[in-house]
Amino acid sequence: MTSLATEPSPIGTAGFKQRSRLNRTDIRANRALKWLALGGGLLLFITLIAIVYQIISGASQAFNKFGFGFLGHTAWIPSENIFGGWTFIYGTLVTGLASVILSTILGVSIGLFLALLAPRRVSMIIGPLIEMLAAIPSIVIGLIGIVLICPFISSDIEPWVHSVFGWIPIFGATQTAGNSIFAAILVLTIMVVPIIAALTRDLFMTVPQELRDGAEALGSTRWEMIRGVVLPTTKTGITAACMLGFGRAIGEAIAVSQVIGGIPAWPLNFFSGGDAIGPVIANQYPSALTTLDKSSLFYLAAVLLVLGIGVNLFAQWIAGGFGSRVRLGAKVR
Amino acid sequence: MSAISPDPNYTLAPSGNLRRRMLISRTAVTGTIVAAGAAVAVLGILVYYAAYQGASQLNLSFLTSDLPAIGLSGGGGIGPALVGTAEVVLIATLIALPVGILTAIYLSEFAGPTVGRLMTTGLELMAGLPTIIAGIFIAGLIVDSSGQSAWAAGLAVAIVEVPLIARASIEALRRVPPTMREAADALGVAHWRTVLGVILPTASNGIVTATILAVARGAGETAPVLLTIPTFGQTYQLNPNHAVPTVPLEIWGLLNSGQPSALAQAWGAAFLLMILILAVNIGARVWLRRGERKRGL
Repeated sequence: MTSLATEPSPIGTAGFKQRSRLNRTDIRANRALKWLALGGGLLLFITLIAIVYQIISGASQAFNKFGFGFLGHTAWIPSENIFGGWTFIYGTLVTGLASVILSTILGVSIGLFLALLAPRRVSMIIGPLIEMLAAIPSIVIGLIGIVLICPFISSDIEPWVHSVFGWIPIFGATQTAGNSIFAAILVLTIMVVPIIAALTRDLFMTVPQELRDGAEALGSTRWEMIRGVVLPTTKTGITAACMLGFGRAIGEAIAVSQVIGGIPAWPLNFFSGGDAIGPVIANQYPSALTTLDKSSLFYLAAVLLVLGIGVNLFAQWIAGGFGSRVRLGAKVR
Repeated sequence: MSAISPDPNYTLAPSGNLRRRMLISRTAVTGTIVAAGAAVAVLGILVYYAAYQGASQLNLSFLTSDLPAIGLSGGGGIGPALVGTAEVVLIATLIALPVGILTAIYLSEFAGPTVGRLMTTGLELMAGLPTIIAGIFIAGLIVDSSGQSAWAAGLAVAIVEVPLIARASIEALRRVPPTMREAADALGVAHWRTVLGVILPTASNGIVTATILAVARGAGETAPVLLTIPTFGQTYQLNPNHAVPTVPLEIWGLLNSGQPSALAQAWGAAFLLMILILAVNIGARVWLRRGERKRGL
């Protein structure tokens, strides 16, 4: 403020061309802050590029040896230097897809309930509770999964599903051990539902009140209003939310590793054990002996990275162009 | 003045097609209530079961003793793991906080449309990155060449925390009312002073909440820590140049050791971890809401 007193105001004397009354310190500080902030952003970007580079270079040895055939081979015998990734890729894709289908149904329902159907007080309580579910660490979910969920599934749910839907091959004979692909799907569903619920709740809240009122004024029931107005206007956002949920599901390692069984197989039957990319990296990387072993795990990580980035970019693109927040609101034309 | 008697052949209750439509609607609404109830029930079961199994484990000696030796049954606690978790999360947050806030400031204050989009795309990619990728990245980059250390684990956890802090900070910065910025501009305040003296303090509530939530998330992460410091000692380790135990890592080790006594301890540690994280989450949310109400945001 002292500068104002000592210097004559440039406005009126030097005109507006002398762009500001900023003194040199301020100009420098502005520039410094801008470059510092840019540095922070660039560091983030560089980290991302470094991650991609590091994973690809880590995988190069295995890639040179096995090529793309790695993706289709099922044998994984570290002691004989034979590595093939299909078992794990299969487990990751199957558990990810199935859990996302379940989570979409449940998550979108919860989103609808919280945003449109529940009284405000109720949704103020239940909303944060469901977000709490997402905050539980995956290791704790894994522990509960192995002690509580797996035995329950294998003794109660699986026999029932098998007796009713047994004609569908994915619901085949049950195993005595509770650990199964089905258990992994359920555990992943517990972890993905809160994500999809929170994203879609925010999405549904952006549907203009007039549209909803209009539908109801025309005599729609609640459900017809949702089907006819809310879901169509938020279609892209829901798809993006599901994609993000899928990305979360395929990247989960710790909880899945506890319940999926860790069996090197890719059964069609969901009630038998399998394995997935995340769990095998978590289980084997710390004890990997040869560089080829490590490199093959990096190869699997590269597959996971490509899947994850692809899914995430698709979600961003569908939600309204790259770089837009996926929480984008309803598109109303 | 006789009361108008309702026509016995005419009722206001829906009939025919409308009745069917109302039934469908009611079924659908009930379905959403069931879904929400199921999610809350699952949360309740998880918390209750962890408390049922783990609460009896918690006592002072469990919280302070050294980790149980592998192969021995009984005894031991999680003291070093608590200290190690704090250490790793402290390192991670010290790295992630400045990077996250600077990124948020750049994106909300300086970035042009093109750079902004590119950087936001990168930020969203980082946010969607599987945590195990962060772990194997640091494992390949640092641990393979210079060994296990709390620094490496902290760095891996920082990769998980940065996008959380940055995204929430952007949100908080964007919620600062434009009138405040305009008032500062009208007073001739330089941009950097506006950012540091007006915008950041106004958004500080949201940024602090985001940081606290990121700390809670980082404390519960297993995968990045597992790949960077898989082997650790049983005693207190304060030196960040060495591997330190953390609570999730210790639970992982106990689970995979396959001993019955280990399971009980895993429950104790898991219950403690869960309660701490949930309490921090609830506390941060309550505090944020109260702060925003106070500022009229």
